[in-house]
Amino acid sequence: MTNAWTDIKNTDLVIVMGGNAAEAHPCGFKWVTEAKHHNGAKLIVVDPRFTRTASVADVYAPVRPGSDIAWLMGVIRYCLKNDKVQWDYVKAYTNATYLIREDFGWSEGLFTGYDEEKRDFDRSSWEYQMDDQGQPLTDPTLTHPRCVWNLLKEHVEVYTPEFVSNLTGTPIDRYLQICGMIGETSAKDKVMTSLYALGWTQHSKGAQNIRGMAMLQLILGNIGLPGGGVNALRGHANIQGLTDIGLLSHMMPGYMNLPTEREPELADWLKARENKPMFPGQTSFWRNTDKFMVSFLKSLWGEKAQAENDWGYGWLPKLDVPYYDILRVFDMMDRGEVNLYICQGFNPLLSFPNRAKLTSALSKLKLLVSIDPLQTETVNFWQDHGIYNDVDPTKIMTEVIELPSTCFAEDDGATVNSGRWLQWHWQAATPPGSAKHDTWIMAQLFLRVKKLYEEEGGANPEPIMSLSWDYHEPENPHPEELAKEMNGRALADLPDPNDPTKAIRKAGELLDNFGQLRADGSTMSGCWIYAGSWTEAGNMMARRDNHDEGGVGTYLGWTFAWPANRRILYNRASCDLQGKPWDPKRKLLEWNGARWEGFDVPDISPTAKPEEVMPFIMNPEGTARLFSRKLLRDGPFPTHMEPWESPIQNPFNKEMRGNPVGRIFPQDLAQLGTSEEFPFVGTSYRLTEHFHYWTKHSKTNAVLQPEFFVEISVELAELRGIRKGGRVRIWNKRGEIWAKAVVTKRIKPLLCDGKEVHVVGVPLHWGFMGAARKGFGPNSLTVFAGDANIDTPESKVFLVNIEPASGDLIA
Amino acid sequence: MNVNLSRRSFLKLAGAGAAATSLGAMGFGAAEAAVAARVRPFKLVTTTETRSICTYCSVACGIIMYSNGDFKAGEQAELVHIEGDADHPTNRGTLCPKGAALKDFIKSETRTTVPRYREPGGTAWREVSWDFALDKIARHIKDDRDANFVETNDAGVTVNRWTTAGFLAASGGTNETGWLTWKTTRALGLLPLDNQARV
Repeated sequence: MTNAWTDIKNTDLVIVMGGNAAEAHPCGFKWVTEAKHHNGAKLIVVDPRFTRTASVADVYAPVRPGSDIAWLMGVIRYCLKNDKVQWDYVKAYTNATYLIREDFGWSEGLFTGYDEEKRDFDRSSWEYQMDDQGQPLTDPTLTHPRCVWNLLKEHVEVYTPEFVSNLTGTPIDRYLQICGMIGETSAKDKVMTSLYALGWTQHSKGAQNIRGMAMLQLILGNIGLPGGGVNALRGHANIQGLTDIGLLSHMMPGYMNLPTEREPELADWLKARENKPMFPGQTSFWRNTDKFMVSFLKSLWGEKAQAENDWGYGWLPKLDVPYYDILRVFDMMDRGEVNLYICQGFNPLLSFPNRAKLTSALSKLKLLVSIDPLQTETVNFWQDHGIYNDVDPTKIMTEVIELPSTCFAEDDGATVNSGRWLQWHWQAATPPGSAKHDTWIMAQLFLRVKKLYEEEGGANPEPIMSLSWDYHEPENPHPEELAKEMNGRALADLPDPNDPTKAIRKAGELLDNFGQLRADGSTMSGCWIYAGSWTEAGNMMARRDNHDEGGVGTYLGWTFAWPANRRILYNRASCDLQGKPWDPKRKLLEWNGARWEGFDVPDISPTAKPEEVMPFIMNPEGTARLFSRKLLRDGPFPTHMEPWESPIQNPFNKEMRGNPVGRIFPQDLAQLGTSEEFPFVGTSYRLTEHFHYWTKHSKTNAVLQPEFFVEISVELAELRGIRKGGRVRIWNKRGEIWAKAVVTKRIKPLLCDGKEVHVVGVPLHWGFMGAARKGFGPNSLTVFAGDANIDTPESKVFLVNIEPASGDLIA
Repeated sequence: MNVNLSRRSFLKLAGAGAAATSLGAMGFGAAEAAVAARVRPFKLVTTTETRSICTYCSVACGIIMYSNGDFKAGEQAELVHIEGDADHPTNRGTLCPKGAALKDFIKSETRTTVPRYREPGGTAWREVSWDFALDKIARHIKDDRDANFVETNDAGVTVNRWTTAGFLAASGGTNETGWLTWKTTRALGLLPLDNQARV
């Protein structure tokens, strides 16, 4: 989230698209009802199903799964055509005025530079025209045909209301009504917030869905303001934290990329990250990357990291492919190239796509380990559970170990909410049986491996031997110590830049903020964005002052938000060029002539003069990008692409299937179905009463929603002769499942490209373990391919067929 | 704590205090005192309260956990009740059907409680000791890393990577667990590392 749950109360208009907050985030959604009741806000919901969020919406629009880009580009077209633009914001705070290279273009669904063989774009033309100093050429009058603004106009021209309605299935009158409501928030005193979740990410073009909304919010001037922003609601309690700390194949903590083998030395890695400001006087905060990186390497290797050995950079593993994401790893596993797999609080057998492939892959491992408070399906994948897990245990040669770990009630530590608040919690209960903390288990495994290397030698033991392990109780590192290690401390006295006779921090002291980090080895910090979370003043994440100064919902004394306890990102953009709030009634910050003051920590130096330093300091431009240059693989503007499995052809290019630069492995390509064989569109989602695959282990929740079902429209039920509550079989080339049919008016057939498109809704909470009845999930049917930029699987769209099934109801 | 007298503690004082206080001293008559004497004390008054955050979704509602026994004081602590934290700015005491039933997850019959091992081709689990399980995993890690670790690539560049093993980290766990997991898996050279944020 750019903003916070408590900030939603400040909005005038909420659009929930790509999410279902009332059911998936019920207590956060209460801030939407708060805004409706106390701020007169309206709610728009766009979803293939009439959800519980839709049930309290002012306007609901159905949409075909996987057509969101067209829908959003059409809204942008409407705003541009009808002068619904926050002009001062767009001209000053975005790259609308920048000129783009003459050789950049788009036709037949493809941007310039497409190489069909490589399934990749040569992105060199997706760039600004620059002068010999590397400064982009601009046209403040927005008349130059090559400026971003005019290219955007040209790009969205095809997305007329008729085109959008025909492609997405949203009725045209409803669409225009919504466009009108959204356009109103271009006024300086009106704000819209966007709430989305996995309904936008789980697509072969997920990143582009979200960019579409980010662009719209910039055009409307809604980013950085209270009640505005682009808000990823996110999933698990600490999915934000694990992303922050970089537990992704290609990431390091604090949003730094893990090196590739083309960056053998630290200097190579840093050279690609100089991030010089593109205009004089701009901030470009990533210029400090050397300080974050050296401090990070010091946190990893301690005394062993010295300037002479490149701070231990060589010990970091180097990537040969963009990343070893879960799809690549399970494909490798299925080909016998992975021997050992450890799942910590993770149940891939139900959460990854194409379950048959997953079972086949896990059966080829030498060892599978699960570290989990619950008995997962994954760790029991070798058990025969009839149709629910149809395997022969005697033929599966994988060794399996299940380690009992504690759950949240039995440990101390911080989790990060979607608004980036790091909230500390405390242990309340004794763990059951001999269950242990994850930290103890990880320490034990590491120390035992280290001992084997000490005794036997082996493949390069240096990084193992050099890992900093400065814990009071080495066998059992405490959460407090680990939190302080992430915050960082001074390793030598840090001289005050204004008075070198004084030290801002003495050697050994915890740092106050990331501004104190150094690139000379005199500081360490495991995760630079968490600097300030545990200082000499104590554990900031444990703070519980719920006073709301200014009444804008920032709660600066409640726990700690990264970065720097800032509650609304890009908040400098809540003010005009002179530093006055766009809307005086919605004041968050204000320039008082000498510094920024208000109810949030300014997202800019507190003394940066308003007309000099632009708000988007994480970009070298200082502005936000309507045109994303070379940063996304599938285009500098979002362009409509059909899902890998779609009921209709891409209207721009009949030959194009899925995302033209998306990766798909040969076996999975062969398993794609066509709409002739599989005429219906499957989609996956969560229910209010369940959380993924955990709550079926909870008796109360198992009682509330005991049994697996699928949802279909009355029309589809008639078409296939399915009776209400009857048993159905749903299948495609990857698998088959049986379910009880919920026949509902909450799903309606959509009219797309002259075809009636039926949606089959498949909730994702059932398996063969726990207190609920045994059942299936959507992942028996989903496509084994992901987003072109990050490879999040396309779990929100897959083609299926459905028929009545014989036999009793599933029980 | 920076909250002097929170909404929650006020309610608790009002509830528990009424029965324990001599109402007569406050000017109530004998009849009122007799009624008060029959009021059952607030059930949770003898429990230990611990502040926590719901473990399910990223709204991260504040909760109060009530235990018999004080874990921090070195006692056995058994969880008896969980409710929403009325002082939390996001949920203001409310919980959803998942959060309201948290206790049933913590006390689920299908919790793991002891290390277990399943041998190749086996049809059942066998309970094992922590040492057995940890040593076996460590041996597998060591042997596979030794066999498949790539110290330099074909061009002679130092790459220190290991790709024949994989690790999934838990986004239901804490930052501190995540950080220790990052450190230890990367020191081994592991590249196949992901968490739920990927899917």
